[in-house]
Amino acid sequence: MLNATHDFCTIPMPDEHYGLNDYSKGMPRWCPGCGGHSILTSVQRVCKDLQYPPEKTVAVSGIGCSSRFPHYMGTYGFHGLHGRAFPVACGIKFRRPDLNVFAITGDGDCCSIGAGHWVHAVRYNMKMVALLFDNGIYGLTKKQTSPTSPLGTHSNTHPEGSILPPINPLQTTLGISNASFVAQTTDWNVAHLYATIRKAAEHPGFAFVRIVQRCPAFMRDLYADLSGNPENLIYLKSENGINLEPNAQRKFERVIEHNPLNINKAREHAEISDGIPIGLLYQNTENPRYDTYGAHNLGMNATDKKQGIRELLDHYTIKNNNS
Amino acid sequence: MDKHFHSTVNVDDTNRLVDLKQVDETIIEIVSDSGEGAQKCGQSLGAISAKMGNGVWTVEIIPAEIQPPARSREGASGIRVRIGSSKVTNMGNHANLVVALNEQVIYGRLRQDAYNANTLMLLENKWASHVSEDIRIQYKEAVNEFRQIGIEVFEIPMEEECLKLIPDARKGKNMWALGLICYMYSRNMDLAADQIKLIFKKKSQAIIDLNILLLKAGYKWAQNNLSYHFEIPPIAVDHDQVVMNGNEALSLGIMAAGIELCSMYPITPATSVSHHLAEHFHKVGGIIHQAEDEIAAMGFAIGASFAGRTPVTVTSGPGLALKTEFLGLAVMAEIPLVIINVQRGGPSTGLPTKVEQSDLLAAMYGQAGDAPKIVLAASTIEECFHFVILARKLAESFRTPVILLSDANLATGVQPFTRPNIKTEWFAPPYDQSPWQAGVSPFDWNPETGLSKRPIPGQKGGMYTVTGLAHGSSGEVAYQPEVNQNSAESRSRKMASFQRTLKPPKINGDSEGDLLIVGWGSTLGAIQEAVQQARNEDLKVSSIHLKFLFPIVPGLVEIFARFKKVVTFEINYSDTPGHPMITQENRRYAQLASYLRANTLCNIDCFSNVHGQPMSPDKIYYRIKQELSEEQSNLSHLK
Repeated sequence: MLNATHDFCTIPMPDEHYGLNDYSKGMPRWCPGCGGHSILTSVQRVCKDLQYPPEKTVAVSGIGCSSRFPHYMGTYGFHGLHGRAFPVACGIKFRRPDLNVFAITGDGDCCSIGAGHWVHAVRYNMKMVALLFDNGIYGLTKKQTSPTSPLGTHSNTHPEGSILPPINPLQTTLGISNASFVAQTTDWNVAHLYATIRKAAEHPGFAFVRIVQRCPAFMRDLYADLSGNPENLIYLKSENGINLEPNAQRKFERVIEHNPLNINKAREHAEISDGIPIGLLYQNTENPRYDTYGAHNLGMNATDKKQGIRELLDHYTIKNNNS
Repeated sequence: MDKHFHSTVNVDDTNRLVDLKQVDETIIEIVSDSGEGAQKCGQSLGAISAKMGNGVWTVEIIPAEIQPPARSREGASGIRVRIGSSKVTNMGNHANLVVALNEQVIYGRLRQDAYNANTLMLLENKWASHVSEDIRIQYKEAVNEFRQIGIEVFEIPMEEECLKLIPDARKGKNMWALGLICYMYSRNMDLAADQIKLIFKKKSQAIIDLNILLLKAGYKWAQNNLSYHFEIPPIAVDHDQVVMNGNEALSLGIMAAGIELCSMYPITPATSVSHHLAEHFHKVGGIIHQAEDEIAAMGFAIGASFAGRTPVTVTSGPGLALKTEFLGLAVMAEIPLVIINVQRGGPSTGLPTKVEQSDLLAAMYGQAGDAPKIVLAASTIEECFHFVILARKLAESFRTPVILLSDANLATGVQPFTRPNIKTEWFAPPYDQSPWQAGVSPFDWNPETGLSKRPIPGQKGGMYTVTGLAHGSSGEVAYQPEVNQNSAESRSRKMASFQRTLKPPKINGDSEGDLLIVGWGSTLGAIQEAVQQARNEDLKVSSIHLKFLFPIVPGLVEIFARFKKVVTFEINYSDTPGHPMITQENRRYAQLASYLRANTLCNIDCFSNVHGQPMSPDKIYYRIKQELSEEQSNLSHLK
């Protein structure tokens, strides 16, 4: 009916308005207290607030607890292979600039088995939101050490404590050429989580967000101190950054002024170890984008195609010698 | 074939009038160290001959390294060109003529049985007066050795003649040699000059002129010094033809299929498909993606297909191995996709530049779990073109990945075929963006056929989540045991539905007899030539060639039953009976033989090897005779 009134109405109205329900499906099967729940809700809110048509939105994931995500979205979804969300997401976006793509990955998925794809997805800089659900442990396979588990983590693969220092996903991403958006947030500061995903969705390129996520089942202690004490969150403040309501902002006791255009400073902040820097570490909207290259010659019609192949075949043709 | 050269040559006697002899066909090789342009010379000869209306088949001789040490026996780089007055379907047997830029590379080819006493050799003679005594001795010894085999060696001052025109004979000697061959086989010099313009089109006019000058000088020298002068009459054809190699045919087939995306990672010998696409794909609205690895190339293609358009990925054996996991996902999630595998020698890195047909079972069964998918194999260059179009249609109709097998022999082999008449219906229609029909699930498997239609992102109401997990018809994760059984049955039933559309293979020769040869892939021409030769001697041998490998074509048991013996001929590994430790029980059969034995319960034997060479008609012919005499002795033993 909205369609029918549209022509007569001087106030522009959308043809269709999507509510939160349009972006949800089924009942998430994550553990109670899992950080996945708030991330899912935040993504759904961002989709609603940006009024992404659900049929034009795709959530792509790998394998792991986090990667069940697409099953709970009312959009199109692709729950693929362990570590391989990025190649699939990039393949979807390459020739379909009209689709909104979310790539969902976990710390084992992204930083271990799929680390090669991670590096290249950052470099391709195709417009999509990449969410790293980083709980520092393998959950679905029941508590094995992940590449982001802190040194000494006791797990089923390292009962005496893990041997190697963890990968810092922010540092790594900031070290890849053509990185264009790197942000960090937590699952428990929902206002900041929402604002970060929203900023990422509006970024013209590959927006990498590391979400510090709690795993109540296997890493109960990992972020207990951090999440219990607001002092441990360090707010990266900038007018070009991820901005919260003044009230929400005032709750942060530690604030660092940071210009997200400054990649060297971003790399410094990425290494802060006595707390979690949250906010936008780096953004560059000018970087080359591989998806614009992918879409540059879409839609050639059949007649032109036919002509194109015929002309190519001419180079290989030997004319009938009998006429 | 008879030795078709005159036996005497008089170098000093110039400007003689020489009789022109007609021959039905000839096999010419040009061999050199890498980087001396032997392949360019041979490819040009092939193209000129094809344009003159001859049947042509070329095979490249490629060392594994880009530039192996000079004058090394294993470093032979070159090309074989077989030219005929009728259709040429394979590389043939021993060469009639070899033009060699040094004597050492000949040894490598001799080991591969490329030459015999009927071969004439035109050999660069600069080594005879080389500053290094070692080289002079090597040269002298080699020439003597070749002559002892019966090869007629004719030493030619190629370097000396070229240096009259250019300062560095290394660049240009190949075109001088082309001129030489053009005289010997009465090649059309206008076409030869055109060919030079074509291959040097990115170079300056001065370079083109110089190469034409070299061509003409070679021609003139041959005219003045050689008494060999032949002509190979053209085939009368009443239609236009195209001449290209198998990888070019695959690339053009990709375009003619309406495929708009090729997602790939470089791998020999498949890479030249992507080179061709990279140069021309944009002319038909296509684009190529060079992924970070083979796995990502596959994942990218799967993502693109999920989003609406069937793409292609091009690879070779080790790449197929890496794509395996994604291939399983494509089967499970029913994602249409064309995977081209230009096979090379394996396992592992194997023989990257050499031919083998060793990926058949990997293609059919190489995934975890039950992962049925369509597997096709091209057996000619023409099929390299048309089978891509077929593969895309099958992928979409049956909502499945399709593997198209080619091999290193087809990849670089050049052969003319009927110019395809491009049809709009070969292209995929634009993907559907109309609203999805309410109530239809994303895997609405037809209980009879297993087929279902897939929603494409953008279609309202079609939202679903693809998953590699066991799932039911709505795409939901299956937690009930019967759901997985049911979906596995549906995926398998699609293959049966496709199989029911296939016809039994055509029999080459009589429909019953003493011996049936079963082949697949690039051996087609050589097998048919050998079978013809045997049939000319009244041997009761026929052949079939399988193009649809999975699912299995119908009617095989019935065909096999009409022959006393059935043997597959394949370029892959099998144990040889009688070898140490090998028994009837533990003998491993060639891949197609294993597959056919398992599926038909017929006692099928095999003949195969992994020499990295195409099978020559001679070898097949001798084996046919051997098989038949064994059959005879077995029978008399039973009596």
